[in-house]
Amino acid sequence: MLIFERSHPGRRNAAQAPHHSAAASGIPAALLRQDQPLLPEASEMDVVRHYTRLSQKNFSIDTHFYPLGSCTMKYNPRACNTLAMLPNFLARHPLAPEATGQGMLACLYDLQEILKDVTGMAGVSLMPMAGAQGEFAGIAMIRAYHEARGDTARTEIIVPDAAHGTNPATAVMCGYTVKEIPTDANGDVDLDALRAATGPQTAGLMLTNPSTLGVFEKQIQAIQKIVHDAGGLLYYDGANLNAILGKVKPGDMGFDVIHMNLHKTFSTPHGGGGPGAGAVGVAQRLLPFLPLPVVAKQDETYRYLTEKDLPQSIGHLSAFSGNIGILLRAYVYARMLGAEGMHRVAEFATLNANYLMAELHKAGFTVAFPQRRASHEFIVSMKPLKDATGISAMDVAKRLLDKGFHPPTTYFPMLVPECLLIEPTETESKETLDAFVAALKEIRDEAHATPELVKGAPHTMPARRLDDVKAARELDLAWKTPA
Amino acid sequence: MPFIPHTEQDIQSMLASIGAKNIDALFDEIPAALKSGKLTAIGDGLNEMQVTRLMRERAAQDSQPLNFIGAGAYEHHIPAAVWDIATRGEYYTAYTPYQAEASQGTLQTLYEYQTMIASLTGMDASNASLYDGASALAEAILMAVRAHKTSRRVLLPATVSPLYRSVARSIVKLQNIELVEIPFDIATGTTDLAALQQHAGSDIAALVIPQPNFFGALEDVDALTAWAHAQGALAIALVNPLTLALLKAPGQWAEKGADIAVGDGQPLGAPLSSGGPYFGFMCCKQALVRQMPGRIIGRTVDLDGKQGFTLTLQAREQHIRRAKATSNICSNQGLMVTAATIHMALLGMDGLRRAAAASHTNTQALTVQASGMQGVKRLFSAPHFHEVVLHLPESSAKVLESMAGQGISGGYDLQPHYPQLGNAILVCATETKTSEDLQRYVAALRHALH
Repeated sequence: MLIFERSHPGRRNAAQAPHHSAAASGIPAALLRQDQPLLPEASEMDVVRHYTRLSQKNFSIDTHFYPLGSCTMKYNPRACNTLAMLPNFLARHPLAPEATGQGMLACLYDLQEILKDVTGMAGVSLMPMAGAQGEFAGIAMIRAYHEARGDTARTEIIVPDAAHGTNPATAVMCGYTVKEIPTDANGDVDLDALRAATGPQTAGLMLTNPSTLGVFEKQIQAIQKIVHDAGGLLYYDGANLNAILGKVKPGDMGFDVIHMNLHKTFSTPHGGGGPGAGAVGVAQRLLPFLPLPVVAKQDETYRYLTEKDLPQSIGHLSAFSGNIGILLRAYVYARMLGAEGMHRVAEFATLNANYLMAELHKAGFTVAFPQRRASHEFIVSMKPLKDATGISAMDVAKRLLDKGFHPPTTYFPMLVPECLLIEPTETESKETLDAFVAALKEIRDEAHATPELVKGAPHTMPARRLDDVKAARELDLAWKTPA
Repeated sequence: MPFIPHTEQDIQSMLASIGAKNIDALFDEIPAALKSGKLTAIGDGLNEMQVTRLMRERAAQDSQPLNFIGAGAYEHHIPAAVWDIATRGEYYTAYTPYQAEASQGTLQTLYEYQTMIASLTGMDASNASLYDGASALAEAILMAVRAHKTSRRVLLPATVSPLYRSVARSIVKLQNIELVEIPFDIATGTTDLAALQQHAGSDIAALVIPQPNFFGALEDVDALTAWAHAQGALAIALVNPLTLALLKAPGQWAEKGADIAVGDGQPLGAPLSSGGPYFGFMCCKQALVRQMPGRIIGRTVDLDGKQGFTLTLQAREQHIRRAKATSNICSNQGLMVTAATIHMALLGMDGLRRAAAASHTNTQALTVQASGMQGVKRLFSAPHFHEVVLHLPESSAKVLESMAGQGISGGYDLQPHYPQLGNAILVCATETKTSEDLQRYVAALRHALH
């Protein structure tokens, strides 16, 4: 039932609204609304029950193992939420004097310093509001750098075919054309193809390392030399930073600019789709172009840098100062981990991924790159199962829901047929991983014995498989009062 | 080990299964020269008690002045239930609802949100959010240019927030889109229709129409929308969703209504939080749905014919369409939208109207009281909603500084953005202000002026 169907004309929550009357004087009638918008009239208790019950229809990290590849669904410590929501942090207006926000600014400044250290970059701006906006900031900085040097013939961004879709989409938003290069049989960038694609038209290369195939790009030093020799810059997509946190710094790999998904690596919540935070780090030569504002510290006082300080900046990407509440959560997380904890993130994320890969491989599942170490994630292909039983990766994913597990990422990257991209993260225990292996084995048995059971899955969720074709053909994007 | 459950025994048995000597061996594909040393900018880990103390100390450094600033972020009462429910783990720690069967809670909530915001704006369809109002405006400009096909020029009145205009420029200039500033009438504080008329007959993709505008003044939205349509341009409404409880919805502007409506959802349940997270909303006419960026939720049925919800029209998005996507956006501001949905459901139509009307009335009262003072006057003649521009007889920066010293954020200084207005400040008194608060404001202003 929708909240609108729980609505009763005339019911209102007196405690939630001002005592003031609902009329406005002094506004010409022609500018006033005549119709009644569709908002529910329900009691506070009805509303609380409705949304509490709705929430219970979700899988979440707090309720289920959620091994979504490339998404880093690690535990979100509750302290991060509680402390980011302290009343003084919540109450401050973004345009209030900086003197009234010194505590908040101190947290942001410290976070910038921490992120510089773990990434090996010379400067950080926390402002981008999500990974994709971080990518935009990064590529916009590359463009600003070339333009500032009068180097305007660079029109292309090179992107490996295994990259996240945001990479090519970002390059286009920044006014570049995309040149895609293939991946070799080992999961690494095809160096010959890269050499052939690189030239005076190359503005830069966007790379995720470890790649979306779950392996560390071993030729990174050769790659960075090819791109830099051609005058291009290297962009690091931080989607998989959890795999190397505290182990390898992107700056040491030769990257000029990086974005970090704080909602992955620094454990801020995904919130059913956001908000995220896509901080960017840059090497020395890109410092003048950082997005505004950046927090600076002078004589124990913190302030935002503006256009006056960074006249070559790519500018502002949000009306105010990014997703500050999310940045505070990331800061609390970083302080709780400390330097030692930071090193352990990649270690245990990698241990869990390699253990899970080894156990599934031993159980007879087809691992995409068995000759390679898994990074923090790895790929299993369900193609043999599909050939034998007709059960697809999607069927397996849906049946996992019945077993109480959120499925891995399905059908991405597209290079491996019938793939599941599995990322357990460091916060899961061995028992959980073992139970996940057992569930996959059960499903494989079911695929042979009772394939209809798997094809019809899920059976225990609030909804069965949904008609996506109908959803797209007969668009119903907003409820309407029945005639 | 914080947030890592492994016992020594777990580690050993897992390594044995892998066939690795130790954890370091798992990184043996990484060239040795790349391995990083110790981290130096990060101290030892703090336990929860220590980090709580640290953050409380930091929060205590942030003072809480009595706030009369709006300028794009508004202080409103948020019912206690809003964030109690939004931070339930099932909402807070869920991923994007790609697996629809296990995400019906988030999906239905978003569908209800789309219904509410589309109805508030009077539009056919809504997406499931963008980052904030300013970046939503940038996306609306990109969308209008895609839909228009021939023109890459968009008219952007100077009555649009300068902060928003700056963001729009940062984002759209990389795609060779020309933003043309339209001046405002210095008497009314609204878009200068005569100046606009100079662009008549030229190829224009869209006109942005702010309501209320940055000065809090109400624009002649019918005339502006009709003008845009007469030029074959799209009308992009930039609106504050709370004010739409009282003001004419963009879908009803002029004969055909605005084509795209965007804005910041912050007034619907998001705390001020120094600027974020908030959320951007975007609604449009049905014919433009396939040009819209961001996620969209649709209602459909499951295998049993039962109502269910799912992400739809994904062929617009980057994970499917890559370089040909409508935008690169992936993560949005989902949790803020969840909070806004609960907020709107709790207040209902009546509550939203009261909050909007009380904000309007308080700002009116403050305007009357403040402009009774020697040398202080209301600058613009157009009717205003819940913000007003006051002209001061002395340096606006100094007056605001003096008021800050008295524990009051007295307004937003317009001097840096609109030097032609002289010592002008933008002031906002929402429903959170009592008559005593207004008196305190007036007393502090009087003190600052002497």
